[in-house]
Amino acid sequence: MSCQEDRLLTRRRVLQVAAGGAALSFWPYVPAVAKSAGRDPRLLVVVLRGGLDGLSVAVPVGDPDYQRLRRELALPKSGEGAGFALDGTFALHPSMAFLRKLYEQKQATVLHAVASPYRGRSHFDGQDVLESGLGGVGAVKDGWLNRALTKLPDAGRVTPQKGLSIGAVTPLIMRGPADVVTWTPPAYRHIDIDPATVERLQDLYAQTDPELGQALADGVELDRVAGPGSGAAMASGDQMMSEPSMMGMQDAAARPAPKKRGGRRYASFIDTAARAAKFLSSADGPRVGVLSYSGWDTHFNEGVLNGQLANKLGGLDAAIKALHDGLGPAWDQSVILFVTEFGRTAETNGTRGTDHGTATMALMTGGAVRGGRVIADWPGLSERSLYEGRDLAPTLDLRAVTKGLLQDHLGIPAGALARDIFPDSGALRPMADLLA
Amino acid sequence: MSQDAQLHAIRRFGLGPRPDALRDIGRDPRAYVLAQLDRPDAAEIRDEALPPTHEVLQFEQRRNQKRRALRKSDAPDEEEIKRLRPGPIRRRVYLEETAARVHQAVTTATPFVERLVLFWSNHFAVSARKGIVRGVVGAFEREAIRPHVLGRFADLLRAVEQHPAMLIYLDNRRSMGANSRAGQRRRRGHNENLAREILELHTVTETAGYTQADVTNFAKIITGWSIAPHRPDRGREGGTFRFLAHMHEPGDFEVLGTTYDQRGVRAGEAVLEDLARHPATADHIARKLAVHFVSDTPPAELVEKLAATFRETDGDLAAVSRALVTHKAAWAAPAEKVTPPFPYLVGIMRALDLQPRPREVVRLLRTLGQPLWAPPTPKGWPDGDMDWAGPAALRERLRIAGRAARRARGAPRQDPRSFADALFGPHLTDPTRIAIARAETVEQGLQLLIMSPEFQRR
Repeated sequence: MSCQEDRLLTRRRVLQVAAGGAALSFWPYVPAVAKSAGRDPRLLVVVLRGGLDGLSVAVPVGDPDYQRLRRELALPKSGEGAGFALDGTFALHPSMAFLRKLYEQKQATVLHAVASPYRGRSHFDGQDVLESGLGGVGAVKDGWLNRALTKLPDAGRVTPQKGLSIGAVTPLIMRGPADVVTWTPPAYRHIDIDPATVERLQDLYAQTDPELGQALADGVELDRVAGPGSGAAMASGDQMMSEPSMMGMQDAAARPAPKKRGGRRYASFIDTAARAAKFLSSADGPRVGVLSYSGWDTHFNEGVLNGQLANKLGGLDAAIKALHDGLGPAWDQSVILFVTEFGRTAETNGTRGTDHGTATMALMTGGAVRGGRVIADWPGLSERSLYEGRDLAPTLDLRAVTKGLLQDHLGIPAGALARDIFPDSGALRPMADLLA
Repeated sequence: MSQDAQLHAIRRFGLGPRPDALRDIGRDPRAYVLAQLDRPDAAEIRDEALPPTHEVLQFEQRRNQKRRALRKSDAPDEEEIKRLRPGPIRRRVYLEETAARVHQAVTTATPFVERLVLFWSNHFAVSARKGIVRGVVGAFEREAIRPHVLGRFADLLRAVEQHPAMLIYLDNRRSMGANSRAGQRRRRGHNENLAREILELHTVTETAGYTQADVTNFAKIITGWSIAPHRPDRGREGGTFRFLAHMHEPGDFEVLGTTYDQRGVRAGEAVLEDLARHPATADHIARKLAVHFVSDTPPAELVEKLAATFRETDGDLAAVSRALVTHKAAWAAPAEKVTPPFPYLVGIMRALDLQPRPREVVRLLRTLGQPLWAPPTPKGWPDGDMDWAGPAALRERLRIAGRAARRARGAPRQDPRSFADALFGPHLTDPTRIAIARAETVEQGLQLLIMSPEFQRR
């Protein structure tokens, strides 16, 4: 037996895809039925990689220790450069004007002093725990958002829902048993894919490599949902780049320049957000997705007031607006959850930045959110209350938030949440009343 | 040795077939790969046109000084200030380096050694997305990685951690001891980014059980590991690694149970020597190599052999590479790994003899999810068997294959069937052979060949 045959057999078992079936994959929705059921909820999780400094986004300006710890990185309580007051303790970073509007419209909720169960300070273990949904560092194989897809009530759908992942590489949170479609800007905008070639290739894959066959089928299908012209519209979009495109000025000129703070520098945030919104809002598109923005690891010259982080938050604010605008009527049924692997040290470090910490903030926005609130059991920033004497102490387990969201927004039963999606989290009650 | 050994020699341990590859390999694929290790300088790129790191840094510093001076003048020349901004130069150097990297990978006579370069460059990842790093990332690979891929791991480690690109990328350049002269004067302190990633990603990993105190202490030990300022007016050349004593935290510190009482730069170098020799480092490197070259679940005896070789030879990377290539298990496992974007594109260029412009290569790599020298985190690119075969990525590979097929000239166009034979010979599966033979057009036949499992897995 040759190696190829060998591989084929093992793949078959893993995939449980009949050879040839891959080419016949259609979008698994019956939109009319879903609509008649009244609800068609959307959930997008945005993973902010690198460890977001939550203390500089929802800023505890009312905490007596904040100014002392953050020194030159501290936001003033009032006057020039001050944030938008959220309540008596917290202010929202001034770069996030659109988010403030949503907050005022009660469509955004800040959760603070929140953390995953991870208590170390490695980005990579931290992201693994955040995305796997496990209670700690362990052997990870798939992610909670993917497992959640397998537990959705079927709501009249003929086949299971597929997850959406923006980017060429699917992040851990969206890997697992449920099928995932991914999207990335096309390599050549004017080259169409010839269906006859796809058919021949699928015939080949069916015989020797069904795994590649399934992936290609999903990829081609998403191109169809994206609709005509999607290539041209997105070809200039940098794939999650945190700097201007390598293609230089020409490219930038072709792209509508956002006027907001953050500007062209974070155009990729806006492009990918708009793209995700388009898929989630389309009648036969996916309903659950993930998007990642990296580059929040601000060890050096963090620039909270005016600089790196301020600009980046401006980009994030513009991305939220792009999601809001792109989702259109679907916004009312949407929840967008922003999470990060951990926060940063309470005190400014030696190089006007912050090092890896523990608790931080999470953010929920969308028309389905019961917002206008800061949910926090605030531990304070006094020396005594800091975790290990250096970090904001966690008082809220992020899994309680996600469990509440999955239960109330997507209708996933409590048993599955405690057993399959967040294993061994039975003692942790899903947070109630997160939704409008 | 399995009957696919010839294929393993050109894919698993190489960068894909050229039309004459099978003839070169002959009856002893293992000997073909091993012979590449006998040329210790095979990895080096000697191109006088590529600027070394210090020249790029000096150049940028000079321009920044000019810009600052212009800004202060009474009537600032905005055009000139704009012309002096750093981005375009960084991008130009980056494109030159891209061209050199691609050229080396496509033309090399030692593709296995080039694969080792890609492996180590990813192990010690830095990112072009961080400011000036874009301008020196290619030089980093040429200066810190390439000379050492067949040398001692400890030398590689030191070269990497003392290279300006790494010191900038992981923020050590301005890290200073709170009790150093500079720290006291400027009320600044250390930052622990580089120290943490050396422990976690470059050497022992968290399995070694280090604590926050170990990280903090190590960070203090390497305060002052920085870059020499460029002061031509005082006759001092800058842009190279320099230990800046006035930024160094005084005192002795303990890391992983050893107290380091050496003075100056030697304390940090002693930590690196010890980390290179730590058994957890041997295990880490062994496993990572086996996952990279064989599969997500590499045979345990292979990993153990690599770790043992690493320990016994004090991290001699030529010996470790030889142990990989001579181990039966490395040849027995089937080709499970989907080739990542860079070697996939290089494979197309090698097979079809195409020479796209560097700008196009940069763009295609971004589309496929692997922008050159710009991994998302210090951990580098993922290395799982199926990580590069997402739906969108596969669809874009199809588009790229179509474009490549249309551009091909010469032998491939004359007859895709005999061309496929020239690449894969008897190793082509029947379904692929038949699909190519039945293609409607020459282009479609080539496109199917480039998309075939034979071409995409290794």
